[in-house]
Amino acid sequence: MTAAAAFFYLFAAITVASGFMVIASRNPVSSVLFLILAFVNAAGLFVLMGAEFLAMILVVVYVGAVAVLFLFVVMMLDVDFAELRQGFQEYLPVGGLIGAVFLVELLLVVGSWAIDPGLVQAPLATAPSGEQMTNTRALGLVLYTNYFFFFQVAGLILLVAMIGAIVLTLRDRPGVKRQDIAVQNARTQDMAVELRKVPNRQGVEV
Amino acid sequence: MSLTDILLTVGLIALKSVVLLVALLVFIAYALLADRKIWAAVQLRRGPNVVGPWGLFQSFADLLKFVIKEPVIPAGANKTFFLLAPFVFAVLALSAWAVIPLADGWAIADINVGITYIFAISSLGVYGVIMGGWASNSKYAFLGALRSAAQMVSYEVSLGFVIITVLMCAGSLNLSQIVRAQDTALGIFGWYWLWLFPMFAVFFVSALAETNRPPFDLPEAESELVAGYMVEYSSTPYLLFMLGEYVAIITMCALGTILFMGGWLSPIPFAPFTWVPGVIWFTLKASFLFFLIAMVKAMVPRYRYDQLMRLGWKVFLPLSLVMVFVVALVLKLTGLAPVS
Repeated sequence: MTAAAAFFYLFAAITVASGFMVIASRNPVSSVLFLILAFVNAAGLFVLMGAEFLAMILVVVYVGAVAVLFLFVVMMLDVDFAELRQGFQEYLPVGGLIGAVFLVELLLVVGSWAIDPGLVQAPLATAPSGEQMTNTRALGLVLYTNYFFFFQVAGLILLVAMIGAIVLTLRDRPGVKRQDIAVQNARTQDMAVELRKVPNRQGVEV
Repeated sequence: MSLTDILLTVGLIALKSVVLLVALLVFIAYALLADRKIWAAVQLRRGPNVVGPWGLFQSFADLLKFVIKEPVIPAGANKTFFLLAPFVFAVLALSAWAVIPLADGWAIADINVGITYIFAISSLGVYGVIMGGWASNSKYAFLGALRSAAQMVSYEVSLGFVIITVLMCAGSLNLSQIVRAQDTALGIFGWYWLWLFPMFAVFFVSALAETNRPPFDLPEAESELVAGYMVEYSSTPYLLFMLGEYVAIITMCALGTILFMGGWLSPIPFAPFTWVPGVIWFTLKASFLFFLIAMVKAMVPRYRYDQLMRLGWKVFLPLSLVMVFVVALVLKLTGLAPVS
């Protein structure tokens, strides 16, 4: 057994085991942390396949950004574990049924899996082999030429999602004190300080 | 490949890692001392001066003190995560050093996506902080963790754009290639700190924020949150958090050296200076960046939290986005873009 195969089995076993623990673990925070472990091991599998750029981007995007926010939401939630366990028996048949349907569908799809030969040929024809260039460059060449339109559409969808999230959460509350940085920086001593001569035993009007 | 070959390769990598680790930890022991000494000098104090001549063994005395103290675990804490968090933090911070080339060909793993690897690893460091803050089961620790995570995620964005501009000029994600791309006849003036100066400034400030250094040390603002996410930690777990923090700072110094200050290259590109080993130039440059970071700590008052977020999202993000565009445009129009 080569070292690559040994590492494949190691990463694959940890990915599957942590994937199972995501649903099996009682504490939601440990669920999220197991999910992160699964992501990191999937990145390891990518590295073994020679797709190091994808592996690093997986870690940066999913583990470094998405899962952090996910972990936040879970930590902030006040989850009652006793209540969570209470409904388990009740929902087991429904959950089991949905799981079974998905399993059958997956088996059907995997069983009749066939990749269109034309589809395989098209990208391979434009992307030179790994010996000639790094896979970052190969990926860029394919992404910004053949799939440029899809790339743009994906960017547009993300932009719409971002604007949507901002619109949903933006509230203009009245009566909130805000600092206008430009005004603050434009303040001079004359605007802030006033020198007055105070006559003895009289005071001044403010 | 036979079994002996594999064992030999693994053994060699392990040996290199141990040598690098020891050198790094000794460097950090003195960087920590230098940090305190510089801080003291700015405030007209002496700083640590009791242990050894001029206090040179202070860090080792501190290490001994941390290790032999009693680790206290709060009754309400989640014990597993509480103890796991500092390990995650320190190990992730140290593992970034696997790809850093200290001299030409001196990286343990000279991988093609080195810069992305460092970016990924440094974005993982936030988990140690969040886990520690949450597992402590204390409101100060949790508030510190929340602040820290928001801050690290925010400044990562502009850091990413800074890295992209450098990548466009160098034409590679490999750290050694980035340094070689700066090897011109101009010497110190051919490095990217001059050509991409606004980006160098953004990088420096973002590195401060990313590593929770003053003036952006809001996660551990002692006047509001006692010590932030570290408040419940003592003894060795605290030491690991502290170590991870300093390793992350030195990593940022090394990254700044590679991206903007020509890595192992000599500042004057002719004879007597090019005989000096690259690792010495590298250490000098990284130490210079660390000195700047230490001076910032001594001289600049702490930011307010909303000002920090404003700086990250409303100033640095648009600035670095525009710079990505401008640099790409200039490279394209002048034909300076690296072709590989």
